[in-house]
Amino acid sequence: MKKKLLSVVLASTVVAGLAAGCGSSNSAAPAASTAKDEAAPAATQAATEAATEAATEETAAADEGKVLNIECWNTEFQSRITDHYPGYEKVDDTTGKIGDVTVNWHITPSDNNAYQNNLDQVLPDNASADADKKVDLFLMEADYAKKYVNADVTMPIKDLGITDDDLKDQYQYTKDIVKDSNGDLKGLTWQACSAGLIYNREAAKAALGTDDPEKVQEAVKDWDAFKATAEKMKKAGYTMCSVNDTYRVYSNNVSAPWVQDGKVVVDDNIKAWVDDSKALADAGEENTFDLWGDDWAKGKYPDGKVFCYFGPAWFFNFSLSADDAKSIAANGGWGYVVGPQSFYWGGTWIAAANGTDNPSLVKDIMLKMTTDPTIMKEIAQKDSDCVNNKTVLTDLASDDSGNLALLGGENPYKMLADGAEKVDMSNISDYDQGCNEEFQKAMKGYFDGNYKTYDDALAAFNKAITEKYPDLTTD
Amino acid sequence: MQQAKCLPAQADRHFFRETGMLTPEENTMNNKKSKVVQYNRWGYIFLIPFLVTYVIFQLVPLADTIWNSFFENYRSGLKQIGPNFIGLANYAKILSQGDLWKYAGNTMIMWLIGFVPQIVVSLLLGAWFTDPSLRLKAQRFFKTVIYLPNLIMASAFAMLFFTLFSDGGPVNSILMNLHIISQPYRFFASVAASRILVGFMLFIMWFGNTTILLMAGMMGIDQSLFEAAEVDGATARQIFFKITLPLLRPILVYVLITSLIGGLQMFDVPQVLTNGTGDPARSTMTMIMWLNKHLYSKNFGMGGALSVLLFIITGILSIVVFKFTGTDTDK
Amino acid sequence: MKIKKENGAGIRARRVVAYVVLILLSFLCLIWFYILFINATRSHAELSRGFTPIPSTYFIKNFQGMQHSTQPIMRGMLNSLIVAATSAVLCTYFSTMTAYAIHAYRFRMRKFLYTFILAVMMIPTQVTALGFIRLMLKMGLMDNFIPLIIPSIAAPATFFYMKQYMDSVLSLSLVEAARIDGAGEFRIFNVIVLPLMKPAIAVQAIFTFVANWNNYFTPSLILKTEKMKTLPVLLAELRSADFLKFDMGIVYMTIAFSIFPVIIVYLILSKQIVGGVTLGGVKE
Repeated sequence: MKKKLLSVVLASTVVAGLAAGCGSSNSAAPAASTAKDEAAPAATQAATEAATEAATEETAAADEGKVLNIECWNTEFQSRITDHYPGYEKVDDTTGKIGDVTVNWHITPSDNNAYQNNLDQVLPDNASADADKKVDLFLMEADYAKKYVNADVTMPIKDLGITDDDLKDQYQYTKDIVKDSNGDLKGLTWQACSAGLIYNREAAKAALGTDDPEKVQEAVKDWDAFKATAEKMKKAGYTMCSVNDTYRVYSNNVSAPWVQDGKVVVDDNIKAWVDDSKALADAGEENTFDLWGDDWAKGKYPDGKVFCYFGPAWFFNFSLSADDAKSIAANGGWGYVVGPQSFYWGGTWIAAANGTDNPSLVKDIMLKMTTDPTIMKEIAQKDSDCVNNKTVLTDLASDDSGNLALLGGENPYKMLADGAEKVDMSNISDYDQGCNEEFQKAMKGYFDGNYKTYDDALAAFNKAITEKYPDLTTD
Repeated sequence: MQQAKCLPAQADRHFFRETGMLTPEENTMNNKKSKVVQYNRWGYIFLIPFLVTYVIFQLVPLADTIWNSFFENYRSGLKQIGPNFIGLANYAKILSQGDLWKYAGNTMIMWLIGFVPQIVVSLLLGAWFTDPSLRLKAQRFFKTVIYLPNLIMASAFAMLFFTLFSDGGPVNSILMNLHIISQPYRFFASVAASRILVGFMLFIMWFGNTTILLMAGMMGIDQSLFEAAEVDGATARQIFFKITLPLLRPILVYVLITSLIGGLQMFDVPQVLTNGTGDPARSTMTMIMWLNKHLYSKNFGMGGALSVLLFIITGILSIVVFKFTGTDTDK
Repeated sequence: MKIKKENGAGIRARRVVAYVVLILLSFLCLIWFYILFINATRSHAELSRGFTPIPSTYFIKNFQGMQHSTQPIMRGMLNSLIVAATSAVLCTYFSTMTAYAIHAYRFRMRKFLYTFILAVMMIPTQVTALGFIRLMLKMGLMDNFIPLIIPSIAAPATFFYMKQYMDSVLSLSLVEAARIDGAGEFRIFNVIVLPLMKPAIAVQAIFTFVANWNNYFTPSLILKTEKMKTLPVLLAELRSADFLKFDMGIVYMTIAFSIFPVIIVYLILSKQIVGGVTLGGVKE
């Protein structure tokens, strides 16, 4: 008995030693090359034939992987697929089925770059991963989309067989942002995320004497008017909003990207946010709550005494707790106006991971979820999302079908569609998520008085940035 | 504060032996010899699992950590920079920036906020529990209760405190109902309040453990010493300061140093409480949280250099422990 | 033990002070769990209206909400259980074996190895974490339980405890008697030594289990996918609040769910645990 056990111990140490020394590289290499060989023809085939020949597509699909892996940071897209993609069956909270293909949802929260770090880890080796572990589809946000678009981890959608004609109804900005340096489109979105100011009608009546959108817009039409309104709100017992709510309005209207030639530069408009917010926070007219936190979310209820949030259409459904009977949203107590400056926020782009073994299914999901007018209209109506389809938006804006209950029956689609035409994404960089997060964190310390001066807070920001992105320099 | 996980309570046995509180009977075995010689190769065999595991999972990583500290080696998004040999540049950078000292200072401040009340309370409770003249009832209940927080997941405890002390959380709501404050107090926007909360949590988590350790030490003291003192008319206070405390010195030193080493490793509580930011204004950022930031962004060069510096600091403290505990290896 | 005949009033006063302080401290230890329990029974809307000391009726609703939240909490508990239980078994078994090797055999490297193990006891896991992660990346063991379980075979602190305990309970004459009866060394260890070590093994098993159950640092670096994460990692994620429909009732329920099992087990085993803190040191 002892001999047997000893040999087991010895054997396992030998195995462990092998694994430590060379196992990983040796065993992975052949798998990698074969997988690549298989993936490449499949992709080209799909690209050339799938668009025209349905039959080929079906055979291709039969040859494809039986597992569809989707990387995402929350359940938004998952619920869109569950509700609107034909043939999707929910199995449990993180798996589903489309036909005989199992769909796995891999959720990594995006906070502190965790989601990006995860993608950075898995995508470069995707082509060599086990067939059932390959990432097929992943989602990305505007803040860092460029990073993946400009790397070869993402498949050009023309290789999937999606043509420009399929996308004619989509807004230009939603395409510009996901074009790589060769002009190839590498992702699609179902949302057009122009955003505005969502105000509490009660508060508007109390402080401004009216909740009529046009009059409210007058009261917040620029930052000076906004500050004057904030003062009135305070007198009426309301907080304007969080300093973090207004951040994106300023940061979207910058004149240059965060990072220029490897150096982080704070734009004048972002500096303006700091100055305005510091004054408002010191006056007690704005709070400094973190977005998504419990304290911040209190404003969704009448007792929270918050005048407004800033957000795009997805915010209506996703963030206003409309399904809680006591919330303002459930009672139609919000209104929507453009606000001081037009801006955009977020938007989720669907991208195909290079190395996917389900190209035709990926293609079908992309097309159905971002271009199919019936599904687009369903999404707009059921989820109050502002969809990326000019025709559908014009339809919705033209009649009562676009009236939203949580906005007290107001129809925001005209404003949203106009906003979408204006969105300018020329000033984004690969580092925006990290820069935006760290800048807000550092400035919170300044607003709360823990950094005495702006320069102290700026130094803290610079330090955090070089920890996160060691390749960047700062002043 | 946190007792170093790697050095649990039992090490204090040496104290008892040293101070003659224990009747050691282990010296007997040194006398048996000769017959066991042919079996002695089994000593090596039985050590294989430990040594193999240790070498693979600790020594190799340690060597790799040290090796990496001399390189520029990090990831920026999808790009990999390095490894490029840069000598001691990482160390120079860390030591010249001054951040390390700031975070070391934070760590020590929070450790002290927790440790000072912890040692005072533990001594007091230990003295009461072991004082026969007090005859405290329900001792078992009290000991069970004060030890309880030690077993709670630090991350759950920190998350709990974060929700309880948030601006709209129960603590503010209770204080406002009692009309102690009229506006919610923003605990996590204040440097002092945040540090005190961390220290307080560590105090709650560790004072029970320390009490039980000190009690064991106190019970080991020869009862006749107390009796003699009482006969001489000493008061309870005199007995505590003149007899208990001096005889307890070795175990106090042990508690202090293990707690200090544990304090240097402070991570879970401030990490979860502040979501890894160490805010407000990085005043609750500990050294390990900073290391974690570098590990998280896969900056292996800087992370390596920082690890080595932490290794040196704990190493020095460990040597101090060994000097004080007098651990002899010949037993 | 002797009864003091001094001034009885003084003792009574001291006793009162002692009880007051003890009750205050017990209150400080328990109040958090009470608030937690109350809040876990309340709905999000109720919670946003402030604290009340009376439980509400949403316990089951919150529990169901937790089960269907974006975080696989049940799975997390299972993961924690697997990691903590296997670690506890491996750790105590092999630490006892290591202690036995040092205790029972006189070989050339013995003194050196014993000193070595004691010396490395102080190296915090954090300083080797970097190399550890790189090694796990190379071995393809990221997002796997193996890096969390196997290293517990080499636990110097547990070894030290076992060695101390063995010194006081295991006499070598017993081992020699077994040898004369023809038992092999491995058999002696398993059949004679292990049962003798039961009390120490029980105590260390509990401590190792709790330490691994609560461990956050290493799992947070190793585990990546939601289905693999252990409870502490999932809990820390709650703090980053990147969730849709953030429901505080569910948050409190999740915290409660990860804390209360430990409390219940503790209450059952409290005598052994509290005693175990000093077991190696003091015999009464």
